[in-house]
Amino acid sequence: MNTLAIVGFYEEWWIQILKAVVIFAVGLQLVPIVLLAERKLLGRMQARYGPNRVGPFGALQPLADIVKLLTKEQFRPSTSTGFLFALAPCISILTAVAAFAIIPFGNVQHIFGTPVGLYGVDVSIGPLYLFAFGAVAFYGIMLGGWSSGSKYSFLGAMRGAAQLISYEVSQGLALVGVIFTAGTLSLTGIVEAQQGMWYIVPQFFGFLVFLVAGFAETNRAPFDLTEADAELVGGYNTEYGGGRFASYYFAEYLNVLVVSGIVTTVFLGGWLLPFGIHPPGWVDPFVVLFKMGLMTFLFIWVRATLPRLRYDQLMSFGWKILLPLATLNALVTAVLVVVTH
Amino acid sequence: MTWTPGDDVIQVMRTPAPGAARGTYRAFGETLRGMKTTFGRMLEKPVTLEYPEEKTPVYPRFRGRHKLHKFEDTGLEKCVGCSLCAAACPSDCIRVVAAENTPEHRVSAGERYAEVYEINLSRCIFCGYCEVACPFDAITMGHDYELSDYTRSDLIFTKEMLLAEPLERTPLRREGE
Repeated sequence: MNTLAIVGFYEEWWIQILKAVVIFAVGLQLVPIVLLAERKLLGRMQARYGPNRVGPFGALQPLADIVKLLTKEQFRPSTSTGFLFALAPCISILTAVAAFAIIPFGNVQHIFGTPVGLYGVDVSIGPLYLFAFGAVAFYGIMLGGWSSGSKYSFLGAMRGAAQLISYEVSQGLALVGVIFTAGTLSLTGIVEAQQGMWYIVPQFFGFLVFLVAGFAETNRAPFDLTEADAELVGGYNTEYGGGRFASYYFAEYLNVLVVSGIVTTVFLGGWLLPFGIHPPGWVDPFVVLFKMGLMTFLFIWVRATLPRLRYDQLMSFGWKILLPLATLNALVTAVLVVVTH
Repeated sequence: MTWTPGDDVIQVMRTPAPGAARGTYRAFGETLRGMKTTFGRMLEKPVTLEYPEEKTPVYPRFRGRHKLHKFEDTGLEKCVGCSLCAAACPSDCIRVVAAENTPEHRVSAGERYAEVYEINLSRCIFCGYCEVACPFDAITMGHDYELSDYTRSDLIFTKEMLLAEPLERTPLRREGE
């Protein structure tokens, strides 16, 4: 029987569980920070303050939002399909958390003499794992929109489906160039292969294509047609409220973090620092978090800048520009890899 | 029949529509330009006035809540109860009941004074006609604009309330602001 994937872990089962809890907790803490950072930065970019009433400098605003959402009634429209309506946000949040597991925050460290890899799992099929969960995440949006029994939700979900299918291809092809160059699918392997030079330099077009497709994958501006509040009242989550809406929101921001983490890992050298600086191992997670923060800032910055695309523009951009560019990038990289080796 | 433009019609010259490659390049450049703009805005100070703490300064001729005035030297009320303000009021929100001044009980400088002077601010449209109508400058429009209250009857301002100085002064706009 063929091996489907080699999961590289060195640890005892209890370290695995501990690691999962720690990473989940860190991810859980990052989401409110990103939420607050987004609202503050958006405010600043629009010459206003953003939230600054709850707590010092508005620092407790996300907490207040979550409490508000969780104390609300779990409302369900009479036209909706019950169990799917409840299941859809769970799928969204599950896939986002699952994708977060493969982001490497550092190499194997010896903590109290025990070797511990600073990542959830190091799968030998890293990017494929990511795309698999990205594809399942689409069910969260699609089922949520369809089971709401509302035309706006349905329109948003249909747009989301078309958008995800169009941009996943380009996203995958953009990573192919990196995988050719690194010669491995393991994300820690890809980081290790960037010792000499980060892949943002030789794979610049791959980086751009992946970034743009990442904006589309996370349904963020300027590709937020799925939840276009101006036209669709809120898209797939129109009928959601309370805790379920909070789950969708949480998943959306966790997806932003996941894409930031993948870009950091694949193009920005993960935990590596430039100019030959080799800090002690415990600095690695902070380097990764810093780079992720920069990427998240880019997400917010773009949201503050660009208006939403029209649907036909979205489609023609995805298929006519992004896909040929990604294909060309993969082809040129393949030729160069063969020639230089 | 085709329409031929006259000599006064200006021909608009348009550049040719950019192709796919050029259009992409141009869109990329414009995107970067827009991002530069938003980044610059982020470094600037917000223009927000944090309202309950900071208030918008009003212009000197701003028509806010009315004020009744007294003579500064004698302390007598300027209002003589002539009801011209009530007559001028288009929304009929001023009620004046006049009474005679007596040597023992002298309230105003004239023969009569306003025993009751009420303005129903829930009806007032802040047109300033009362101020114009008053022959003694006894009523003027002040600068207060925070006039919300919980019951309608609280918005009927009596003479004492209108004579008193407002508790909090509304900031006045400086010259050239």
